[in-house]
Amino acid sequence: MMEIFKKFKFPILIVFVYIGLAVWIPDAASRSSIVTIDYFKEMALIMPPVFIMMGLMEVWIPKDKIQKWLGSESGIKGAAISFALGTLPTGPLYVAFPMTATLIRKGASITNMVVFLGSWSALKIPQLIVEIKFLGVSFALARFILTLMALMLIGFLMEAILRKHPDKKWLESMSNEIEERT
Amino acid sequence: MVTIITIYGLLGICLIASVIKSKDKTKKAFKIAGKALLKTAPSLLSVLGIVGLTLGLLTPETISGLVGAEAGFSATILAAVIGAVTLIPSLVAFPLAGSLLRSGATVMTISAFITTLVMVGVMTAPMEIKELGKKFTLLRNSLGFAAALIIAGIMGVLL
Repeated sequence: MMEIFKKFKFPILIVFVYIGLAVWIPDAASRSSIVTIDYFKEMALIMPPVFIMMGLMEVWIPKDKIQKWLGSESGIKGAAISFALGTLPTGPLYVAFPMTATLIRKGASITNMVVFLGSWSALKIPQLIVEIKFLGVSFALARFILTLMALMLIGFLMEAILRKHPDKKWLESMSNEIEERT
Repeated sequence: MVTIITIYGLLGICLIASVIKSKDKTKKAFKIAGKALLKTAPSLLSVLGIVGLTLGLLTPETISGLVGAEAGFSATILAAVIGAVTLIPSLVAFPLAGSLLRSGATVMTISAFITTLVMVGVMTAPMEIKELGKKFTLLRNSLGFAAALIIAGIMGVLL
C-alpha cells in the first residue's frame, strides 16, 4: 500500500493542485480537466500498442543489428536512419522515450538517438505541412534546416559529455532491467 | 487519426509475423510490454496532469497577451520560455504563431517560441528522466533551449 502511494506520489500531488485550482480558479480547472481527459483518451489508445511494439523489438531485433545500423560506428547512415524514423507520422514525443531506451539498450549511439528524438518532435512531416500553411515556406524551411544542424551538434556534444561523465545511476537501473528480462 | 491507424496497422503486421515465427517469443514480448507499461504509468499520468494544467492556465489569448506586439529581446526570451514549458499540439501552435506574426510579433520571437516548443519538453521531462536518465534529459533540454535561441537569432536576421 505504502509502496503504491510512493510510486504515485507525483500524480496524487497533481490531483491536489487540481482541487486547489477548482476552488480558486474554477474556469481554469474545468479547461484543464477537459484537456487532461482528451489527452488521456489519446494516450490510452496509443500507449498499449507502442509498448507491445517495444516488447516485440526487444525479443526479435538482435543487438548486433541495432549496433550496426544505429551504433557509434554507423556514421552518416545511422544518422540518416534515425532522422527518417523520427519524421514518420507516429504521434507525440512521450511515445518515443520508451522506444529510445530500448534502442540504447540494444546498442544505438547517443548521437543517433538525439537526432531520432529531435526529428520525432521537431521535424515531423505532417507537422511541417501545417507549419508551411500558417508560417510560410521560407520560415518552415529555415527552421527545418537549422534544427537538423543543431540536432547533429547537440548529439555529438552529448555523446562526448556522456562518455566522459556517464550517468551511473541510470546505467545501473538499465542493467537491472536487462537482467530482469533475460 | 492517421497516427492511430499507422500505429495499429504497423503493430498488426508485426504481431502476425511474430506469432507465425514463435508463439513463445510473442508471449514474452507481451510480458515485457506489460511490465514496462506499469512502470511508466505514474510518470505518464503526471505528464497528463501537468499538460492539462498548463493548457488550462496558459490559453492562446494569454500567450498572445504575453508575447504579442511588443517587440524586443525580452519578448523573445519570454516566448522561448513559454515554448519550453508548454506542450501545445502543432495544430493549435502554428495557427497561433501565424496570427501572432501578423499582429506584429517579430520573426525572432515566433521562431524562438516554435523551436523551443518542439525541441524542449519541460512537461515531458518526468517521463524522459524515467526512461533515459537525469543527465541525458537535462543535457538534451538545456542544449536544445540554447540552440533554439541561436536558431531564432539566425532566423530573425535571415527572414
